[in-house]
Amino acid sequence: MLFPVSPPPPGEVVCEPPNNKLDRFVGTLTWKNNKYPLDNEKLLLRGCVMRNTEWCFGLVVFTGPQTKLMQNCGRTAFKRTSIERLMNTLVLWIFGFLLCMGVILAIGNSIWEEKVGGKFRVYLLWDEVLNDAIFSGFLTFWSYIIILNTVVPISLYVSVEVIRLGHSYFINWDRRMYYRRRDMAAEARTTTLNEELGQVEYIFSDKTGTLTQNIMVFNKCSINGRTYGDVYDEFGHKVEITEKSPSVDFSFNPLRDKKFRFHDHSLVEAVKLGDPAVEEFFRVLALCHTVMPEEKNEGELVYQAQSPDEGALVTAARNFGFVFRARTPETITLYEMGKHSTYQLLAILDFNNIRKRMSVIVRNPKGQIKLYSKGADTILFDRLAPSTEDLMYTTSEHLNEFAGEGLRTLALAYKDLEEDVFAEWMVRLHEASTALENREERLALLYEEIEQDMTLLGATAIEDKLQEGVAETIACLTLASIKIWVLTGDKLETAMNIGYSCNMLRDEMSDVFVITGHTALEVQQQLRTAKEKILGPTREIVNGEKDAEKMDLYRNDSVFEETITSEYALIINGHSLAHALEADLERLLLDTACLCKTVICCRVTPLQKAQVVDLVKRHKRAVTLAIGDGANDVSMIKTAHIGVGISGQEGMQAVLASDYSFAQFRYLQRLLLVHGRWSYLRMCRFLCYFFYKNFAFTLVHFWFGFFCGFSAQTVYDQWFITLFNIVYTSLPVLAMGLFDQDVNEQNSLRHPKLYELGQLNVLFNKRQFFMCTLHGIYTSFVLFFIPYGAFSSNVRDDGSHIADQQSFAVTIATSLVIVVSVQIGLDTNYWTAVNHFYVWGSLTIYFCILFAMHSNGIFTIFPSHFPFLGTARNTLTQTGVWLVILLTTTVCVMPVLVVRFLRTDLYPTMTDKVRHTQQASRRQRPQEQNLKRVRRTSSRRSAYAFSHQEGYGELITSGRNMKVAVPVFSLLRKRGDPATGTTVVAWSSGSGTRESENTQGQ
Amino acid sequence: MMASSYSAKEEDGHHSGAPGPGGVNAKSRKPDNTAFKQQRLPAWQPILTAGTVLPAFFIIGLLFIPIGIGLYVTSNNIKEYEIDYTGVDMSSPCFNCSQNYSWNSTKPCTCSVAFSLDQPFESNVFMYYGLSNYYQNHRRYVKSRDDSQLNGNLNSLKDPSKECEPYRTNDGLPIAPCGAIANSLFNDTLELYYNDPNGTKIPIRLVKTGIAWWTDKHVKFRNPVGDGSNLSAVFQGTTKPVNWQKYVYQLDTDPDNNGFINEDLIVWMRTAALPTFRKLYRIIEKQGDATPTLPRGNYTLLITYNYPVRSFEGRKRMILSTISWMGGKNPFLGIAYITVGSVCFFLGVVLLIIHHKYGSRSNNADIAS
Repeated sequence: MLFPVSPPPPGEVVCEPPNNKLDRFVGTLTWKNNKYPLDNEKLLLRGCVMRNTEWCFGLVVFTGPQTKLMQNCGRTAFKRTSIERLMNTLVLWIFGFLLCMGVILAIGNSIWEEKVGGKFRVYLLWDEVLNDAIFSGFLTFWSYIIILNTVVPISLYVSVEVIRLGHSYFINWDRRMYYRRRDMAAEARTTTLNEELGQVEYIFSDKTGTLTQNIMVFNKCSINGRTYGDVYDEFGHKVEITEKSPSVDFSFNPLRDKKFRFHDHSLVEAVKLGDPAVEEFFRVLALCHTVMPEEKNEGELVYQAQSPDEGALVTAARNFGFVFRARTPETITLYEMGKHSTYQLLAILDFNNIRKRMSVIVRNPKGQIKLYSKGADTILFDRLAPSTEDLMYTTSEHLNEFAGEGLRTLALAYKDLEEDVFAEWMVRLHEASTALENREERLALLYEEIEQDMTLLGATAIEDKLQEGVAETIACLTLASIKIWVLTGDKLETAMNIGYSCNMLRDEMSDVFVITGHTALEVQQQLRTAKEKILGPTREIVNGEKDAEKMDLYRNDSVFEETITSEYALIINGHSLAHALEADLERLLLDTACLCKTVICCRVTPLQKAQVVDLVKRHKRAVTLAIGDGANDVSMIKTAHIGVGISGQEGMQAVLASDYSFAQFRYLQRLLLVHGRWSYLRMCRFLCYFFYKNFAFTLVHFWFGFFCGFSAQTVYDQWFITLFNIVYTSLPVLAMGLFDQDVNEQNSLRHPKLYELGQLNVLFNKRQFFMCTLHGIYTSFVLFFIPYGAFSSNVRDDGSHIADQQSFAVTIATSLVIVVSVQIGLDTNYWTAVNHFYVWGSLTIYFCILFAMHSNGIFTIFPSHFPFLGTARNTLTQTGVWLVILLTTTVCVMPVLVVRFLRTDLYPTMTDKVRHTQQASRRQRPQEQNLKRVRRTSSRRSAYAFSHQEGYGELITSGRNMKVAVPVFSLLRKRGDPATGTTVVAWSSGSGTRESENTQGQ
Repeated sequence: MMASSYSAKEEDGHHSGAPGPGGVNAKSRKPDNTAFKQQRLPAWQPILTAGTVLPAFFIIGLLFIPIGIGLYVTSNNIKEYEIDYTGVDMSSPCFNCSQNYSWNSTKPCTCSVAFSLDQPFESNVFMYYGLSNYYQNHRRYVKSRDDSQLNGNLNSLKDPSKECEPYRTNDGLPIAPCGAIANSLFNDTLELYYNDPNGTKIPIRLVKTGIAWWTDKHVKFRNPVGDGSNLSAVFQGTTKPVNWQKYVYQLDTDPDNNGFINEDLIVWMRTAALPTFRKLYRIIEKQGDATPTLPRGNYTLLITYNYPVRSFEGRKRMILSTISWMGGKNPFLGIAYITVGSVCFFLGVVLLIIHHKYGSRSNNADIAS
């Protein structure tokens, strides 16, 4: 649709209401009394980029939250960690426990008042309001609730937040998650989820921009039975190509693309020598494609390719001296080794999914008619002339080699055509292309006919550049028992290809199930077959419905899942996924998927991504993490427990919706295995200690209740109660919560198995909580009863009494502070200077404050507020008191020591072992043994590498897009600007090539 | 007690050549390379190993057992003599006194208890009174005092704290000292006589000062300062606690032991932690090196029985005791130390056996990575 260049006149658009269907749009434009239908083809989604288009008129239909993409985003839910939920439950339990204690003591009080207190009234009159034992019990209940309230850790919440904030800062500060090229440090955008990073079991990853860089690089080629692209040193050993390897100098070529890099000099030399095969090879690359060139200034060529693969190939040809310069509907102009040559374009036999190849027929400047073809090797090899069989085998070997390195391969071939044969064929082609019936089939037949007996030229290998370290990261995360699912908008082939290249799909896998059913029944059938096949070897298959039921019995059994030794992979298509996500099939999908090592979902919509995440979230009690970079990942990022945004070229939406963001996928490893694990560990240790501490502190009152007539008399000084949690004990545990490390970061990464601790949630669960509270109760018991025994008849060394309440309080309080300090010492694995400072500082502060508050001066000023005058002096100068404190501390700590020692000695955990090695190896440091580079050993060949549907051969030959003098492009709008995100109906001046990036994952 | 070693964690290891384009730039967002921010603070990383835990147990054992034995022996060497003079039994001399009790009885009831010491008490002897089943640690009892008043504050003297209720005022006059603690001041008088073999009763001199903490006597408790030196004038306008027979300024004739700074009052005001307690009453000082403080022989304890305890099944005791460096007789601590020490030692042995038999000494070998 073309409109003259003029201000858009008024018109009217009637269209459907905002919805989340990305693949359809219905509307009508009324303009100048004409009606124009608007459909999906004329719609640009938010975040799309128009290419090859100088200008266009657009009309914004939906904005902001109404856009189809935002409708796909899903709700933003408040995220909380499982530990926090558990914590809330536990706090409720503790509250219940508090009430129980209150009730017990209240009943005790009623009984006491009845039996003892009533008779004691000669010395202790009842208050006027108090005239009956039951009422007294009732009041005592509330008094005890107030006194014992310290067992419900209010300060816990504050401390937890402080620790999380600290962990977030550590993530922000991590230099190893800083990406220098984009000056981007990792960012924790939320402070509430850190410890959950240590419990992740499922990772849902986007592909493009997350696993890959979305850059295609011409990496290697095989020409006439010889490979180019590898670099060898003088001894003939292959040299690993790195950033620093010297690249070929293309300065002979004024039209070169300066960014292009190639490391093998022999290919340039071959070109310079004029090897005919090499020349023909590059000629194919330069002619057989649908790329649009643009030359704004002389020599500044820019190619607009529909797929990055094509762009990479044409660019390679350009640098090697076969510059594709211009095209008209009938001609292609090349600049071959400095000479202009114009080829007459006779026909384009375009690419499609079935053909998996593309050919052009041209008349070269010499007048010969030639067919140039490129395509998937399997397809092309069938159509070669028998004479080239030897070459075919050699090339085939090379292709295996390329594929083994995860490269995307294409085979190239050509054929000389006889003038008369071609003329006759052309006539038939014309007939077919104008036929009304079966046009497609007839054309396909004709194409098939001419693409025979071709001569093989060689093969290309293109690297879909993975981000740095992706394969290693995935391998490492897999070792940590994290399951990685790839959810991509890409085509099946592309997705699989990436799956192979990043080592998620492997040749040694027993089976790769591809689910592509179009109906619910088909999908069910395929899933069931897959499941049976997986379960088959391990379990006897019983036929019929009963089998399914039996399977159901086992489906939640993780032990059973582990017995499946062989590895499987599941690949499911978007439309199949739509069926599989229905309520009746989702269990089957989930079960099957969970039995597989690798799951790849391709061609999924943003909403489906979220649905998949939600499915796992709902049915598996596992922590999920979604990682993505584009607007199409926002929904899954929001749905998953943890969302990670890759801040790349794709704009900010993903980052803005995410909880953590960084620049490279590989940082995920560090985020989870180091920061996540530490966060989890620290938080668990912190919680355990905190509950222990509060119980030990508070329950002393409970024991004392039995000896003071259940009168709600506190054991400690009021000031001690006020300051205990805030001043005396908060900082050491905070330091532990911030700095503790069981093993260092190198070992965390080297032993990914350590991560399983968090997944199994062994460090803090209800059982652990009970252990902590029991420990606390034991401690409080010892803290009360040892001084009780010692003080019952004790006197000072000057004969004056010491069994008074204030001395008793000071003794117990001092014991308590020392015991909890020793305990934090035992719990701390990593004593930094800060820990030392806080622990010793807290003890010092305790004694300073104690003596200050018991001093003469402060009593003289506030006599009624500091009644403990002189107690510290008179008590803590007694040897007997210190002996009591020493005994109490020993008895409190000894059992802990025994249990811990036996546990590490008899049943050492992975952590214990690693800690031991770490300590042992620290003495004879440092052989830095990094994770070995994971070598891909795949022999799988990629299919036709183009990731898109039909090319636009037709468009080129029809010449429609050539009418504008210079085919240029325009950027319709900035990508991914969240504030102005719009859905646009666009009419473009050019070919209207459109990249529905957001729907299909670019 | 723990294996340890100090070491800074190794260098970053990630420095790749020259700093990047942003590296030199001051505005680079590259985080600082400080040990703190990179979590590489040098740290001591203790591990519980057999090499540290087992010796710890043995050391604790070997340390505690001697301490315990020392404490036990010391405690046993302390001489203590205890008489329960509550008068519960018909046969006991104070039975009558305990029966006809009245706070206001003008005629004091006296009774005497005879006892004999088998062994002489050599050094200073401390005389305690002990009460049982007496809840001095009850919350309402503990709070029922006004430290400000006892510190000599004139305002508090005239207007005692609300905490003292219901012993705050009597007949419209403020009570000095107010509150339930003061009101229930132990007011039995105990006198000790040595029955000389020749038949005469020799009174033993009981020192009534020096029985309270110095800080209490000199800082915490002070008499209010009035115009004159006469205490009774200062306490003008206050009344005595309900149960008392005397006013607070009549507690003693010695001005340094009268009023709020009367040491019996001070000792009583320091409330006991547990329902069974003893409080220092008098000190019998050693007279000379030649004779023991309390020689072997018969003694008579003369009690002016004022303090009723039978209503709540309380007991009253008189305790004579010598002391040592660790205080009074207290076998608990010694036994506890011996027990804990033995348990530690025993555990050490058990752990050692367990470690040798089952311990995983091949810790380092089998880390699956």
